[in-house]
Amino acid sequence: MTTTTLRGPDAAPPPPTVAGPPADQPDGAPGPRRIVQRRGPSDLVFRGIARAGGAAVLFIMVLVGLFLTIQAWPAIEVAGWRFLTVQDWDPAGNNFGVAGVLTGTVLIALVAIAISVPLATGAALYISEYAPRRIRPLLVNLVDLMAAVPSVVYGIWGFFLLQPRLLVAGDQGEGLPRWLATYLGWIPLFKVDGYDPRDPVASPTALTSSTFIAGVVVAMMVAPIITSVMREVFSQAPVGEREGAYALGATRWGMIRSVVLPFGRGGMIGGTMLGLGRALGETIAVYLIVSMVFVVQPHILQNGAGSISALIALRYGDSTALGIAALMAAGLVLFLMTLVVNFVASIVISRSRSGAASEV
Amino acid sequence: MSTSPDLTKAGPAVPGSTVLPAAEPRPDVPERRRVIGRPRRTDGFALAGAAVAGVSLTALLFTRLAPFDGVLGFVVVSYLAFLGFYTLLVSFDESGPTVRDRLAAAVVHSLAALMLLALVVVVVFTLWRGREALVYLNFFADDMGRAGPLQPLSVGGIRHAIIGTLMQIAIALAVTVPLGLVCAVFLSELPGPFSRLVRTIAEAMTALPSVVAGLFVYATVVLALGMGKSGFAASLALGVMMLPIMIRAADVVIRLVPGTLREASLALGASQWRTIWHVVVPTARSGLTTAVILGTARGIGETSPVLLTAGFAAYTNANPTSGPQTSLPLFVFDAVRRPDEAMIARGFGAAAVLMGLVLILFAIARLVGGRAPGQLGRRAARARARASRRDAARFAARARARQAPGVHASDSEVSDA
Repeated sequence: MTTTTLRGPDAAPPPPTVAGPPADQPDGAPGPRRIVQRRGPSDLVFRGIARAGGAAVLFIMVLVGLFLTIQAWPAIEVAGWRFLTVQDWDPAGNNFGVAGVLTGTVLIALVAIAISVPLATGAALYISEYAPRRIRPLLVNLVDLMAAVPSVVYGIWGFFLLQPRLLVAGDQGEGLPRWLATYLGWIPLFKVDGYDPRDPVASPTALTSSTFIAGVVVAMMVAPIITSVMREVFSQAPVGEREGAYALGATRWGMIRSVVLPFGRGGMIGGTMLGLGRALGETIAVYLIVSMVFVVQPHILQNGAGSISALIALRYGDSTALGIAALMAAGLVLFLMTLVVNFVASIVISRSRSGAASEV
Repeated sequence: MSTSPDLTKAGPAVPGSTVLPAAEPRPDVPERRRVIGRPRRTDGFALAGAAVAGVSLTALLFTRLAPFDGVLGFVVVSYLAFLGFYTLLVSFDESGPTVRDRLAAAVVHSLAALMLLALVVVVVFTLWRGREALVYLNFFADDMGRAGPLQPLSVGGIRHAIIGTLMQIAIALAVTVPLGLVCAVFLSELPGPFSRLVRTIAEAMTALPSVVAGLFVYATVVLALGMGKSGFAASLALGVMMLPIMIRAADVVIRLVPGTLREASLALGASQWRTIWHVVVPTARSGLTTAVILGTARGIGETSPVLLTAGFAAYTNANPTSGPQTSLPLFVFDAVRRPDEAMIARGFGAAAVLMGLVLILFAIARLVGGRAPGQLGRRAARARARASRRDAARFAARARARQAPGVHASDSEVSDA
């Protein structure tokens, strides 16, 4: 059969070229052929299985969300709005709230982001713009590998090397926290209560197990994630615009500032927020380093910090039903926070110019 | 009077006419092409000089001039001094934009080096602290059932943790891989309002912190159903955590399969099921494998869900459905918080083993996949080329046989049929 027409074989006469409604045709033949899709039994089975798989996943996910809410309800009923304002964790005494640990979680994540974003931007720019072409795949793999290193490994690294050797070293607690506390202690954020850095016998333990040190460790964990998103976006910057900038006499940094960074802004923001989501939920590294406090601790260099996820890992053994429910409520708050952050990240990435084809 | 038609005529300058100069004699030696992209020698001098000057100034500051101390401070001050000197040196013979370019390049390079250094330090430090435990063979072949925390490293090991990790991740994968892949195929191949809803929910669940997944399983399976802490509960927690990650990664890979391939298969009369099984899934196979392996690497290293659900045991427990079953990250977490040196060394050894596992998984993922759909590896490309040459030879033989219908025509027709 050589001729192809839109009509079936039974409509042998060629279609009239005169345009007119189908009803005008003499034999009442229909207009364009209606396309009917017949699916074989194997297709129907396949579609059924695929739908069932999707439904099963939906069921599991909704179940998790629903159960979290249902099981957290008794605690929320007991505590009410005070759950968000009380700075204590005493479920047996009906006095519990996440104000302190929530602030601590946010502070740790912010410290982590403040450290990891410049680091990740530099690394991503190096990989996509400066690195020799031959070693680029190797670097990409190294960064991805860094993202796959288990969090407990970062945790013991922070606990055994970073804190005692680099940040609060020796009897005097030499390191960045002491320097910050000494020279920037007049800023409330860097103030350390009960510690005088100029006192030679002051114990450096006031500077350990702090929000800042936990933030540094979490920064090491989220930096590769942010790097990988940013690198992906930077490498998609259009070649034509890059060459245009060079042709106008831009240096490499001039090209990066005028082409790559504006193009990748959406990806940079989105990647940062993805990292923020991970930093908010990080448990083990934080648990190993901080000593938990339940009050609001605005001094990030001072011993004692709060974190919702570390609180859950610390108190899950509570035997009372209300204690578990209270932890569930705290977990729900944490989940809602990461959920909002992740959704904003995906919206920012998909709205940006570079994000249409991006993987995240 | 306009331009004269004979442009090459070199005569007295007539107003309005153009005179071309005679061609210059070619030089004997062909001119060297100037390379302008390469760094020059002065760039290297500026870098080295600034580095030496920065370190020297800082050493002077720290030892003679100011009451500074500390290794970290020394490094930071030398780096800042280096940047200052470098800017100064470059500004002697370059313009403003070039100085800024050089400065930015220096900062970007050092940030990347810092990141790489962090990775190297994390890996090397773990291996270094774990070296004492890793040299003992019983560390891999024995469990802690008869070894107290105070006993030396020649007694006891992490066999129970390795078995626990492998078993828990295997159960989690047995649930999540089929479900995740079917769901990913569903999301990309049967688009509609329902699949949009499923995709939104699955993406939302990637935000679920792993400790909350663990708490959920602890509250439902361990407490409410009364199963007690077990390896099975831990793998459920890992599965809840890994499922959305895997779905998302697989969905991205399947969506990258070119639509033209699908349409070609459908146009040849294949059913939807056959199109997906024979075209879409093989095209995306390497990416799907990568998605699964990277999800596994993520799940194997998670501590917090296991901490809440698996329980801690010192003996080998090969039965995931009853009794506590320790996994590697959990063992690390427990061991490093003990005060004994031997136990801390065991913890670092277990962390090194865990990192080795992740590294192996990662290497497999990179060997198997990581390519875009439709891009072939070297061997696959060669196989395709061979098959294609075979086909071409066959077509040519048939064409020859058709053109010369002789004695051989019937033979070739028979052999082709």
